[in-house]
Amino acid sequence: MEVFVQQLINGLTLGSIYGLIALGYTMVYGIIGMVNFAHGDVFMVSVFISLITFLILTAWIGISSIALALLIVLIVAMVFTSIVNWTIERVAYRPLRGSFRLAPLISAIGMSIFLSNFVQVAQGPRNKSTAPMFNDMVVLMTGNGYDVTLSYKQITIWAVTAVLLVGFWFLVSKTALGRAQRACEQDQKMAALVGVDVDRTISTTFVIAAALASVAGTMYLMYYGVISFSDGFVPGVKAFTAAVLGGIGSLPGAVVGGLLIGLIETMWSAYFSIDYKDVAAFCILVITLIFLPQGLFGRPDVEKV
Amino acid sequence: MSAPAQISGVAVVRALRDAGWTALIAFGLFLPLIGFQTVQNMSNVLVLDTRFGLLAVFVAIVAGGRLTYSLAIAPRLARAAARSAPATPSRLRTALARWFSPFVIGFVIVYPIIVLAITGTGGAVKWVDNFGIQILIYVMLGWGLNIVVGLAGLLDLGYVAFYAVGAYSYALLAKTFGIGFWELLPLAGVLAAFWGILLGFPVLRLRGDYLAIVTLAFGEIIRLVLINWVQLTNGYAGISSVPRPTFFGIPFNASDEGFAAVFGLEFTPLYRTLFLYYVILALALFTAFVTLRLRRLPVGRAWEALREDEIACRALGINTTNTKLTAFAMGAMFAGFAGSFFAARQGFISPESFTFLESATIVAIVVLGGMGSQIGVAIAAVVMIGGTEIMRDLDFLKRIFGETFDPTQYRMLLFGLGMVLIMVWRPRGLIVTREPSVFLKERKAIPADLIKEGHG
Repeated sequence: MEVFVQQLINGLTLGSIYGLIALGYTMVYGIIGMVNFAHGDVFMVSVFISLITFLILTAWIGISSIALALLIVLIVAMVFTSIVNWTIERVAYRPLRGSFRLAPLISAIGMSIFLSNFVQVAQGPRNKSTAPMFNDMVVLMTGNGYDVTLSYKQITIWAVTAVLLVGFWFLVSKTALGRAQRACEQDQKMAALVGVDVDRTISTTFVIAAALASVAGTMYLMYYGVISFSDGFVPGVKAFTAAVLGGIGSLPGAVVGGLLIGLIETMWSAYFSIDYKDVAAFCILVITLIFLPQGLFGRPDVEKV
Repeated sequence: MSAPAQISGVAVVRALRDAGWTALIAFGLFLPLIGFQTVQNMSNVLVLDTRFGLLAVFVAIVAGGRLTYSLAIAPRLARAAARSAPATPSRLRTALARWFSPFVIGFVIVYPIIVLAITGTGGAVKWVDNFGIQILIYVMLGWGLNIVVGLAGLLDLGYVAFYAVGAYSYALLAKTFGIGFWELLPLAGVLAAFWGILLGFPVLRLRGDYLAIVTLAFGEIIRLVLINWVQLTNGYAGISSVPRPTFFGIPFNASDEGFAAVFGLEFTPLYRTLFLYYVILALALFTAFVTLRLRRLPVGRAWEALREDEIACRALGINTTNTKLTAFAMGAMFAGFAGSFFAARQGFISPESFTFLESATIVAIVVLGGMGSQIGVAIAAVVMIGGTEIMRDLDFLKRIFGETFDPTQYRMLLFGLGMVLIMVWRPRGLIVTREPSVFLKERKAIPADLIKEGHG
């Protein structure tokens, strides 16, 4: 029981991170119908930006409050990651809009290879680790000599994720920008005819996706404290799995899918085999797509002639 | 002041403003990752170095490039676009297209001899092995995947799984039972085809990107199983001393029964390399030949019909299940051949050789070459693989950038960038015209704008 509760806590934390990345996949897929393969690597870049900002703040400027430092890191990472993703969309995807379907996908795969190798060349191939932060924790329950703990890190991740999701939901459902996004999602040509700037809306979508990924990136850095240039691919694929599981194109689906994937992964590691935890995640992806292709919250794909 | 000068003055101001914005964005883009570098200091704590000089160089290059583009290149491009007439294939180009394949095949056959004549025995091993064999493996894989992606229109991002199946089948069977290369080659193909059908079955209903992601997941699952099933595959450590192929039973070694001794030649590793070169060449040409012939058979036509419109296919009574499965099986079979050849050539295999990057490379070769075009795929393989192989020995760059400069680390960086640039430059790939397999009166190439694809 204690182990289960502990894994539940860990799983929800991991799931929050996946959910934030998954939102980026699902938004971009919703609006331009492409799998943004480079999104996992954008996430990785954001972790590096967070790490560098964090080092500047703590080691150079000497901010002693970790919480304040992390808040600044979060904002800085959001800004710079947004610039990165905006540029990627502008350079690699926009010229291919309206081209045949595989072209943006290949471009995205190329971008993904480019980003991870760029970081490798610019920052070196070694793992980068920081000193652990926020090590305090609350003991929730004790039994059988096993303490169930909830660390401040985990509380922070949950809180930040929850706050951001509410803000994000407000943005998409209540603002003019959100309306424009939903319009482009349904019919780009029609949206353009009624005065929606389609290019700008798509760019904004990429910026929002990057901002969410960078929140996940800062949380990841805080939680694990270690990153390397190749750490974008696997979280990327898992977040994509989460987006598919929740129903691609559906925003609440992405979050629920992320939480589910996080839970399944930690439970699998705890009860079965840690070696095969990625296999489990990929199997879920395959099984979902075969038996439930529209996901939990997605609209079924109508085949039109 | 005359009118044109005034216009160009406005254009210059606009270009400058544009370059200014680009510089600002480039500054934002490069500030964190180029401006700062994270390094471990003596006590293994992460500290920051600054590289503001390099950052300034990067920003200047980007802004300068943008300025040159908007002032010099863009107007010229616009003029060229306004002038150019709709392109009709000239007679020269038709003749070129006709004689291109025989010429290339002839060149590839004599390539080792040319290399041997130029570089001598020592250099030839490197050139035939790194460039010849390496590129031909990818040409063969590209042609194999071309059946699945280019002809049948099923995007497969896990193609490397079948390559791995072929390689591990050969390595394990040859080591455990001592069966030779030539017996195992067809067997590896059959096993890979079997896996192709096995993995093809569940994904039959999926289309487009979903299919791509599921095949990616399959590829990763197979790789992770290869890593974790240590009893069978020896995990990360891989399988070493895989038996090498023999020349109809005569091994390539320095012993008395070796190839050199039997034919009364002096022993050098060159003979094996040459032999392997011609084996992979034959395998690749076999792949191309089978594909060409299959395109004329009902199944090949069904593949292409499936690529163009699946619903119309079903309406016409084509069994889409069988069509897709045969495409998967054929593609997987050629990957299995290539895989067993790869294992035999390397003598060592590990899961590291079968990462997603390999699948992405092969898909990129097929798409960059122009899906469905055999020549395009071959050209793309030469460009992408040959280009990255050349990056391995650009030692003269060390003289320009200093001794610490290592060109090999930029290999995959430029590879990724190349993929993006080629895609943006030619979204439909290098060779966009199609040679129809059935025609009414005369055979003519189909231009790109008539080709619709990608419903897969």
